[in-house]
Amino acid sequence: MTNSTATLMTFLVIGIALALPVGLSVALDNATRLSEGWQSPSQLSLFLRESVSAEEAEILAVELGQRDDVTSVDFVSSDEALAEFAALSGFADVLASLESNPLPDLLLLTPAAELSGAAISELRTELAARDEVAEAVLDMEWLQRLNSLMELSRRVVLAIGGMLVLGVVLILGNTIRLAIENRRDEIVIVKLVGGSNPFVRRPFLYTGLWYGCGGGLFAAVLVSLCLWFLQAPVSRLAYLYESEFVLQGLGVMGSLNLVIVGGLLGLAGAWLAVTRHLADIEPR
Amino acid sequence: MISFERVSKRYDEGHDALREVSFEIARDDLVFLTGHSGAGKSTLMRLIMLMDRATRGKVIVDGVDLAKVSRRSVPAHRREIGVVFQNHQLLFDRPVFDNVALPLIISGYQYREVGRRVRAALDKVGLLSKERAMPLTLSGGEQQRVGIARAVVGRPKILLADEPTGNLDPQLSAEIMQLFEAFNQVGVTVMIASHDLALISRLRHRILTLKEGRLVSGGTP
Repeated sequence: MTNSTATLMTFLVIGIALALPVGLSVALDNATRLSEGWQSPSQLSLFLRESVSAEEAEILAVELGQRDDVTSVDFVSSDEALAEFAALSGFADVLASLESNPLPDLLLLTPAAELSGAAISELRTELAARDEVAEAVLDMEWLQRLNSLMELSRRVVLAIGGMLVLGVVLILGNTIRLAIENRRDEIVIVKLVGGSNPFVRRPFLYTGLWYGCGGGLFAAVLVSLCLWFLQAPVSRLAYLYESEFVLQGLGVMGSLNLVIVGGLLGLAGAWLAVTRHLADIEPR
Repeated sequence: MISFERVSKRYDEGHDALREVSFEIARDDLVFLTGHSGAGKSTLMRLIMLMDRATRGKVIVDGVDLAKVSRRSVPAHRREIGVVFQNHQLLFDRPVFDNVALPLIISGYQYREVGRRVRAALDKVGLLSKERAMPLTLSGGEQQRVGIARAVVGRPKILLADEPTGNLDPQLSAEIMQLFEAFNQVGVTVMIASHDLALISRLRHRILTLKEGRLVSGGTP
């Protein structure tokens, strides 16, 4: 195998090892962006106290509807709710036999679209504190599940990424170790004529840096290729969902960061190999 | 310039390579070191260039007690000494020029200065026309002269040579010795290890003789 093919293979190995976690994290970022779009139009249900009359409830609905952080408020009276429940549940006979309506009046409130999950939670707390409101319930359970799932995925990506990064350092360390072995005679001669350890170390550190940067560049290219490959079906899917979602790649800065991180990992691997193996090579 | 005071060297496996060796070499001296194989010639030179350290006794080189030279300072110490190795120790994948330039590159000389000095050194050993040749295309004598050029290119105060004429015919050996004498005349302290008694006895320089690790003659000038 010629020298340049070997170099290319090293670039590829490093590139693939880096592309895996980076690709996963790019996918995760896209998923986060997508789910953020789902967070805002969640609904806030305000169950009113029994002491609040229908007229008072209507007035409250109008008042809340004028707030900046609220898009719309629907008033569902207890009678309407009971009728709906009776129609949907099939327990109409049972319900008819009840002496009084057990359901409270309800205000269905849609928060403004630009509110974040945290802001909506705050709104819920604020409204729950009002005298008229018995209970304020945020329909966010599924969203919280999704968020937990995302958090879990983030951790998994982090763990996989950590392992692969360690792998990259070790791969590079091994590559540099082999390079050191290959040039053992040369190192001995350089040390014989007075080359210090830093002098001998320097070219190997450069080699590590070069492999790492090259690997980072390959990883950036691989991730971009994958995104390009996925873009068409994603656009189609987004179109079918009437969304304008577009996959977001690494961008120039992201790619540059990847190259820099690759370079640093290369340097770390080379440093590891060099400190472990170079001092052992002394003229005999 | 080089002084040994009751120096002993015992290797880890228990072999005594040097026993109570004492001598002194003045500045500008040219000294031969002789003895059978295994008498301790190489060990003595290894102690001077700090490839090994004395087990007992004191080695002083250019006023510096070598026991006080830390590991980190060993490369700087070696840069002060030019060494010609028996097996040349050349980089066979680099041309002659690069081989000779190595000590200067290590010392961080400017590119132009490197070129000037390397050519001067190659000129002295008569290999100026071979600067782009690869060492393997050179004869044994030429390779040895490349080694000498590399040893003197940094203008060291001390020049050590371990069997520099080991594999050379008598005429080439004589030429190499003349080279060393020329360097000695410009003020370099030279120590040459050689078992070629016929050659070195003709040259009328001080001869240190080692036998089984002991200095048996030449200890006092």
